[in-house]
Amino acid sequence: MIRIDVDMDKCQHYGQCVFEAPEVFQLNADDKLEYVAEAPDEMLADLEAAADVCPMQAILITRA
Amino acid sequence: MAGLRTAEGARRAGYAGPIEFLGAEAHAPYNRPPLSKELLQTEGHGHAEVAFPIRSALEEGVSWVLGRAAVSLDAARRVVVDDAGAEHPYSALVIATGLRPRALPIDDHGLGGIHVLRTLDDAVALRDVLRPGANVVILGSGFVGCEIAATAAKNGATVSIVTQSRVPLERALGPLLGAEMRRRHEEHGVRFFTGESLFGLVGDPGVERVILTSGVMLECDVLIVAVGSDPNTEWLEGSGLEVSNGVLVDGGLRAVGVDGAVHPEIFAVGDVARYANPLFDDVPRRVEHWNLPTETGKRAGQLIAAQLAGDDCEPLAAAGFAPLPSFWSDQYDAHLLAFGMTYLADRSELVAGRVDDECVVEYYRGDKLVGVCGIGMRSAVQAYRTRFATPAPTA
Repeated sequence: MIRIDVDMDKCQHYGQCVFEAPEVFQLNADDKLEYVAEAPDEMLADLEAAADVCPMQAILITRA
Repeated sequence: MAGLRTAEGARRAGYAGPIEFLGAEAHAPYNRPPLSKELLQTEGHGHAEVAFPIRSALEEGVSWVLGRAAVSLDAARRVVVDDAGAEHPYSALVIATGLRPRALPIDDHGLGGIHVLRTLDDAVALRDVLRPGANVVILGSGFVGCEIAATAAKNGATVSIVTQSRVPLERALGPLLGAEMRRRHEEHGVRFFTGESLFGLVGDPGVERVILTSGVMLECDVLIVAVGSDPNTEWLEGSGLEVSNGVLVDGGLRAVGVDGAVHPEIFAVGDVARYANPLFDDVPRRVEHWNLPTETGKRAGQLIAAQLAGDDCEPLAAAGFAPLPSFWSDQYDAHLLAFGMTYLADRSELVAGRVDDECVVEYYRGDKLVGVCGIGMRSAVQAYRTRFATPAPTA
């Protein structure tokens, strides 16, 4: 499994990650980021891409 | 950053061989946007707070030569020479030398108190002098100048922006949002001197006052020069590459020579690369937006892996490169997010919300949508991404 951590003190809800990994990241009705904390290994490339495009570099991806 | 993303991209595409990073800065790759914001106002923040994580794919077979600048390229021998005279041979070369800030347009007479902001070291030096009560004059009203202004004003400095433009962020945001950003800065006490430049400096040994071209004199303890950047390509003079305003590359990010020939083993990525983007037109441009080092790096990484594996790169290169530029900026409580090439526009139009609150503004060149920018309203702005997806027909 892959563990996803978002530093919500850094996150400014730009939503760039949503485009790379919509299965994990979403903007809710208030334009705030919501995400699931675990994803299967085959999503690694998408999740790294989501971490790469985060303007605040608030997303940490670790292989559990 | 672009170099790091290229290396990651090459690994992802199957390249398992050695990689050497040669960098003029002493630091491993880091994220620059916080330098004008969090890092500038948070005592003790340094490289650890802004460093990019090094992915496991780059833990093996990678060497870092930092604090050494490239000074020349011999493309025929496939060797880069650094400032200590050491030679670095390569099978594939990635040029990711980025930009440096333009210098003060007038003689600084060796005065202290004059700053630029590009590197981590610049930011730390600037943070030390942005004290509450300091008289800060910022020359230039682009993103760097405006973000420093917002940070300095929040920290209690007295801030003046001197700019040749009519409104701040004029090229990127146009007159409508530019005027609104001026209003928001003024609400926080920032003074604007538009249609102005610097005529002279007064002080000894540090700057104490600046004189504007109109004759206005401003108290000044800290002068920040934020009048744009130039590509670091001097080291490529004489290499045979086309390097007027950045390194010209084809759709595979492969360098083009002054003779028009493509160098299949030399790539340029990030701010230093100049390329056409078929989403907009066929004019090669350097685009200094934060998402493009990542986009160019991913793309070049694929090509490098194919090139070094001995595969035919032409189909991949011919597929074209059409990244959607994206930028964002935080100033006070305004969170700007944009897609496209807003500064190609000849007009902008408010399509949702209110500029003094949250809004969406569309940018047009003729009748073609070339960009969108929002203050807040994230979902509405994100929804535009697909509107740029169809390449413009080439005339």
